[in-house]
Amino acid sequence: MSEDLKILDEVTQSEYKWGFVSNIESDNAPKGLSEDIVRFISEKKNEPSWLLEWRLKAFRYWLTMEEPVWANVHYPKIDFQDIIYYSAPKAKPVLNSLDELDPEIKATFDKLGISLQEQKRLSGVAMDAVIDSVSVKTTFREALGELGIIFCSFSEAVHAHPELIKKYLGSVVPYTDNYYSALNSAVFSDGSFCYIPKGVRCPMELSTYFRINSAGTGQFERTLIVAEDGAYVSYLEGCTAPMRDENQLHAAVVEIVSHTDATVKYSTVQNWYPGNKEGIGGIYNFVTKRGICAGDRAKISWTQVETGSAITWKYPSVILKGDFSIGEFYSVAVTNNMQQADTGTKMIHLGKNTKSTIISKGISGGKSQNSYRGLVKINKNADNARNFSQCDSLLLGDKCGAHTFPYLEVNNKSAKVEHEATTSKVGEDQIFYCNQRGISTEDAVNLIVNGYCKEVFNQLPMEFAVEAQKLLAISLEGSVG
Amino acid sequence: MNSTTINTINANSLLQDFDLFTDLYGKQTNYFQEIRKFSADKFNVLGIPTQKNEEWKYLNLSPLFKNDFRSVSHTQAFEIDAASAKQFHLCGENAIVFVIENGRLNRAASNVKTLPKGLSIGTLAELADDARVQKHFAQHADAITEPFVALNTAMSFDAMIVLLDEKIKINETIQFAFVTNTNQENISVPIRVLVIAEKHSECTVVESYHTLNEQHKVFVNAVSEVVVGEEARVHYAKIQIESENTFHINYHQVNQAKNSYQHITSLSLGASLLRNNLHIQLDGENCTTYLNGLYVLSGTQVMDNHTLVDHAMPNCYSNELYKGMIDDKSQGIFNGKIFVRKDAQKTNAYQSNKNILLSNDASINTKPQLEIFADDVKCSHGATTGQIDEEALFYLRSRGIAEPEARALLNHAFAAAVINQVESELLKESLLLLLSRKLRVMEEV
Amino acid sequence: MLTIKDLKASVDGKEILKGLNLEVKAGEVHAIMGPNGSGKSTLASVLAGRSEYEVNGGTVTFEGQDLLDMKPEDRARAGVFLAFQYPVEIPGVSNANFLKTAVNEVRKSRGQEILDSKDFLVMMKERMKLVEMDKAMTQRSVNEGFSGGEKKRNEIFQMAMLEPKLSILDETDSGLDIDALRIVSNGVNALRDGKRAFIVITHYQRLLDYIVPDFVHVLYKGRIVKSGTKKLALELEEKGYDWIKEEAEALNA
Repeated sequence: MSEDLKILDEVTQSEYKWGFVSNIESDNAPKGLSEDIVRFISEKKNEPSWLLEWRLKAFRYWLTMEEPVWANVHYPKIDFQDIIYYSAPKAKPVLNSLDELDPEIKATFDKLGISLQEQKRLSGVAMDAVIDSVSVKTTFREALGELGIIFCSFSEAVHAHPELIKKYLGSVVPYTDNYYSALNSAVFSDGSFCYIPKGVRCPMELSTYFRINSAGTGQFERTLIVAEDGAYVSYLEGCTAPMRDENQLHAAVVEIVSHTDATVKYSTVQNWYPGNKEGIGGIYNFVTKRGICAGDRAKISWTQVETGSAITWKYPSVILKGDFSIGEFYSVAVTNNMQQADTGTKMIHLGKNTKSTIISKGISGGKSQNSYRGLVKINKNADNARNFSQCDSLLLGDKCGAHTFPYLEVNNKSAKVEHEATTSKVGEDQIFYCNQRGISTEDAVNLIVNGYCKEVFNQLPMEFAVEAQKLLAISLEGSVG
Repeated sequence: MNSTTINTINANSLLQDFDLFTDLYGKQTNYFQEIRKFSADKFNVLGIPTQKNEEWKYLNLSPLFKNDFRSVSHTQAFEIDAASAKQFHLCGENAIVFVIENGRLNRAASNVKTLPKGLSIGTLAELADDARVQKHFAQHADAITEPFVALNTAMSFDAMIVLLDEKIKINETIQFAFVTNTNQENISVPIRVLVIAEKHSECTVVESYHTLNEQHKVFVNAVSEVVVGEEARVHYAKIQIESENTFHINYHQVNQAKNSYQHITSLSLGASLLRNNLHIQLDGENCTTYLNGLYVLSGTQVMDNHTLVDHAMPNCYSNELYKGMIDDKSQGIFNGKIFVRKDAQKTNAYQSNKNILLSNDASINTKPQLEIFADDVKCSHGATTGQIDEEALFYLRSRGIAEPEARALLNHAFAAAVINQVESELLKESLLLLLSRKLRVMEEV
Repeated sequence: MLTIKDLKASVDGKEILKGLNLEVKAGEVHAIMGPNGSGKSTLASVLAGRSEYEVNGGTVTFEGQDLLDMKPEDRARAGVFLAFQYPVEIPGVSNANFLKTAVNEVRKSRGQEILDSKDFLVMMKERMKLVEMDKAMTQRSVNEGFSGGEKKRNEIFQMAMLEPKLSILDETDSGLDIDALRIVSNGVNALRDGKRAFIVITHYQRLLDYIVPDFVHVLYKGRIVKSGTKKLALELEEKGYDWIKEEAEALNA
């Protein structure tokens, strides 16, 4: 096996491929956080007073809160006064066509392999691109508009659809929810808003690409998705960031409301810069994502492939309020080198005949620590609730750790809750078997790990699944031994 | 003190007879007096944990400490005699039975003939001079961070010691019947056990917990330390059938040396609030350890089972099966951790927790955990909560068995799976009887 | 094609092969028989390059190349195929995907064109018939939940797909009923073309009724102690191994 390990070591040299910095002129707020900064952000965005008030309430509440500490995630204390809370590409007049887009931004997206033009022409995916917290371009608006679908930047939505924002902002994740959701509520600069009217099936994947570009900034975006009765939407989120020696904070909030008979699929491929091999730099990814199945037979499905970030702390959750509603969570979390991930989900069963599925695959290599933490709660009135959880961990070295912390709280006797977890390593006999068929050890590990993650990749839309597999391969390089 | 502890006068009152005991401990060496003093100080610092402490997340101790518990009297005359002690015998005619009444050894009620060669059993005071006792007593159960271990170490009186010499195999079961028998209210009873099984020895030990005079509120705080030497085999059972007025917290610490074997069965039927802590420390290679637990709750009982298997060395095998049946308004809690340290390669560790809820007011919170730091391991856990198998129920009914009987049969089968793991046939029979009795009471209500 | 000279190999410090010699030419079928523990499976494992087996001496030359110096995957690419006695299960990896990767790796190394999905499917369909495998099996994960017979059929199917020059069948007949034995043997015979060579390791003569060998060797205590033709296998069937053992011991004495 030592020979194989050597080969794997040789291919460890792959660097983070999205680590370029784009020379986009940006408009920054001064460093630090105060009521003035909150007002500054709100003013920059020309916001109505009700939103400023909401932000200030959140900020004041945040001041009273204690920064959380977690058992299985370790990092130096964050200096919240050393972060730039607002950074926007220098304002340009409103764009009429993609050709008017800042060429640097366009170049950035080309490097990311997501040319807006291409996207528009070929894949039929409607895109919103957010650089340093500010939405720079949304495609396909008109086509979607004809169906009554609203897909735009959050700031636009505040002006164009204030009644919807007022109704739903903070309705799933109130600013009081946790430390980082309070912070986000105070300083969020932009994000995406998506509204699917009654009975409409969104004909294309909606997608947001998030990019942290400027140094010293935090990214605090906010996504709100509302699917009215019988609506359907599949939403994709991708993230990258430049390589920097400093740690940058990403504290996003995603809220999903799925009404009666509506379905929302939310897929994430998270590839924030993870820091270098020694653990210098990288993104702190502290994200609150939650959806509510507000009506009967509503469905929310989270799929995530987490390969990036120095630290990931996120638990995409579903509140199953409507009867017969369905919550799903499919996750692949890969950690390598010095990365730490503490991720999982919460499935809160309130309605009758509700059903949730959790499939989590953790893969740890290098000196990383990978934890699954999840809650399944069956409330007293949630008759016939069903949950199935499968949480597997794969260890690719003897210096990493894999941890499983499921919480199962059952308060109804008709509930059926099943949790299974395993921890193992890639079998040497499996690798040998592949070797014997002419497949190199490196490819064999890839093949086996891909097989291991298949249940999750199967949930991703086609283009994303391909990207996820590539990312997985890159993340795994050098992970064995 | 911080926000994760309750700091009340009631907690401190638990230590108030400390000085009085010091006199009673006269026979003991200074060494043990120092341990007691140290532990008393520790308890003062640690205080009573609250639910903000992750290890106590689901168990609310405040009902316990609403009561102002005083230490049990150490001068009260014994009431149990040899004849009345028969009711506590669970392991047949030949068993060596010690009756510990209110935390003190009642020799008259005990059933002890001449002990076999190589086996010594007595109180700490009697065996304090033995070097093995000095080496192991209060050295394994964690009095530094666990407040109730600290409290117990400070306040326990007749600690029961079992010393098994090298290569000695004992066929008779050793049973400690711990009986609380008081006519006073709010009494706290500390109980302590130390079992040392030396190299190549083998024995079976049963701890059973009973109550006479069931109407009084008592707090039983028990700590057991079991040291399993190289190649030694220890079979253990802890039977909890105390009254509905009993608050019971116990810590059971097992330390295994290389090539040793340990098998423990925990049966929890009684008490209003029960917390079982079971910590198995695998300190040598090639250890085998089995943990089986069954908790059957009714009324407003609360039972919390915490288990930890710490794989510190390579090539060990652990297998854990805990089952719960939770009825009425009772609350079940299971928290099991498998911890595999960096050097513990080739670990095989399995854990399974299965629960059946029998009432809509019952609840179960389970948290099975894996913390793995070695890569060449096979570890898994599973936890389920559900109902009895409807297919099986239908099958039984289609053979002519009425639904209530069929259910009872399946419930019993579900629970008995744990008891069937017990190696001693006599003990198994007793436990099945205790289980049936409890299930019958539950069905009648 | 294959020349084994004075091969010595051990596992866990215990010497199993103690100077084995064997010459296999293109198109030949060699059967290796022998009592339990004689080193049959060790030979197969050493030829395929299993790392637990340590080679302590001797040489193995495959088409002029030092086989022992090659990594397992390179041996496969060079054309050495081992049909495992106990094929491992690989959950989540579909048979088809697994095979496509393997086939294309082997083809690449031979300078052949890489097959696209369509061509691969055509090839797969055709070869599946050889071992009477149904399509569902290719969709399932590699060997996962396969019966003993299915696993062995899958091995031969893979052999047909990879088109090796030298195939080593390690007790492929063990655990097979008569129908499965026929299917597996037909698969093997279909691949005999006068160029491919086979080493058939087996405990029983039975298999050799189906796959008729050119040579039969008896392995005992890590050495080939007797070689002959198909007749030798029949003789063994009739008389057992004891007389061979006695002969060998007499020779050693």
